[in-house]
Amino acid sequence: MTEAVARGHGGANPGLRSALPILTVLLAIVAIWYLAAVWMNAPWVRDQAARADTVLTSGELIRQTLTLERPVLPAPHQVAAGLWEGVAGQKITSKRSLVWHGWVTLSATLAGFAIGTAAGIGLAVGIVHNRAMDQSVMPWAVASQTVPILAIAPMVIVVFASMGITGLLPKAIIAAWLSFFPVLVGMVKGLRTPDAMQLDLMHSWNASRARQFWNLRLPSSLPYLFASLKVAIAAALVGTIVGELPAGATAGLGARLLSGSYYGQTVQIWSALFAAAILAAALVMLIGAVERLTLRRMGMAR
Amino acid sequence: MTAIEARDVSLTFQTADGPVHALKDVSLTIDRGDFVSFIGPSGCGKTTFLRAIAALETPTAGTLAVAGMTPDQARRRRAYGYVFQAPGLYPWRTIAGNVSLPLEIMGFSRADRMQRIARVLDLVDLSSFGGKYPWQLSGGMQQRASIARALAFDADILLMDEPFGALDEIVRDRLNEALLDLWKKTGKTIGFVTHSIPEAVYLSTRIVVMSPRPGRITRVIDSPLPPERPLEIRDTPEFIALAQQVREGLREGHSYD
Repeated sequence: MTEAVARGHGGANPGLRSALPILTVLLAIVAIWYLAAVWMNAPWVRDQAARADTVLTSGELIRQTLTLERPVLPAPHQVAAGLWEGVAGQKITSKRSLVWHGWVTLSATLAGFAIGTAAGIGLAVGIVHNRAMDQSVMPWAVASQTVPILAIAPMVIVVFASMGITGLLPKAIIAAWLSFFPVLVGMVKGLRTPDAMQLDLMHSWNASRARQFWNLRLPSSLPYLFASLKVAIAAALVGTIVGELPAGATAGLGARLLSGSYYGQTVQIWSALFAAAILAAALVMLIGAVERLTLRRMGMAR
Repeated sequence: MTAIEARDVSLTFQTADGPVHALKDVSLTIDRGDFVSFIGPSGCGKTTFLRAIAALETPTAGTLAVAGMTPDQARRRRAYGYVFQAPGLYPWRTIAGNVSLPLEIMGFSRADRMQRIARVLDLVDLSSFGGKYPWQLSGGMQQRASIARALAFDADILLMDEPFGALDEIVRDRLNEALLDLWKKTGKTIGFVTHSIPEAVYLSTRIVVMSPRPGRITRVIDSPLPPERPLEIRDTPEFIALAQQVREGLREGHSYD
């Protein structure tokens, strides 16, 4: 341990050296969070003390602000405990398990991401190859994103429910609504990266449009595709969670957020929030790994 | 035999600032096996003329025949290989994979492809680099690979648009030598665009001097130099005299108006 630290200070260990700034920032955030928790919860604690006619020492005040059952802002250790309780403290089939709720959200996210990606790629291919689509589709795609998802989501849920469809599909549609757009924009840009010279070269070989697509446009677009997939999967997760809110859903991280706010369970809200953030980070990292693997196999990573 | 025949070819681009006469009444006959260089200041239409031969541009007047066909027919028959100023290799394909691409598009069998790739990589002296990716090669080697790609499908005509323009002079000298050698071995008809007088004089059997506004041919010079050309030939009186002729031709058509 001491040896590792010594080497880290000597600058010989690159892992430690890059971890140091990250840790510093993390510590700073946690410190600010604690200060904010004390500051935001203090009025209520003081209020209680005044009502009970007791005078609090500042040490006692701080201790109480960080251990409230329903704090305005829960302290980091409370959220960590809530998260741990939700993940490891329950059977994963329990309705109080964050793993179970996470899975409900994840499955809809992945389904929506798949639909959104397919739609985004399909529309991009159409836009690049068809003049009419080039001029007509993009404005609608942009318009679709300017409508607040909070307004769209309840309509989608209601319309599907009226057809007797509830659960995964309506949420996946909302997720797809958000995630197709970055894929569309990234793929249109990516499919158009081949320059005039590369297209002339293809033309000089009398290559068909299909050849041009498979041998030139598609491989050129892959770095752009992966960049937009990372945005899209995070957007799909947001869409799913928003889709879980309006129906007063009983399952999913969105439902945890909602029930937490019904009952003033701030720790539960923050735990669900962090569970969602961790899920999003894991998904983005997963795509990053697939990206590295693919580009390396294509010989494009150096 | 005639490989390329242009008669009164004109090409006008319609731009926002009005029409630009890239080519005006250009007539030229290129025989099979000729090495023809096009030289002139920028805007003289040398690249446009080469692109018109390749059916990458369409003349607005006049007739242009490539191997007895229209340029577009010739393109469809894959009558020419084209080398651009930049190598334009696909970063996701190895050197062999890049050379293989036009062959795949043209439907050559796998065995045939392998054999052709080996042959052309050997021609450009890149035999041991087939498995490397473009970024692992120097600029000069990449350009050699792009020449190999243009040679792979055995077109009779090789069109080269300032292929060595982006390279330093030392590499350029070596590639010029290699190109001459390759031309002798393959007997192809080569159209070569350049803005370097020594390069044009060293390589060509004929030098076409062009001038701008409107793009036209001002002089066609037949080279008296022997086919055997070591680099030292550039210090001989014949070479210097020829270079002077080209320079005069360029000055003749030059206008700063």
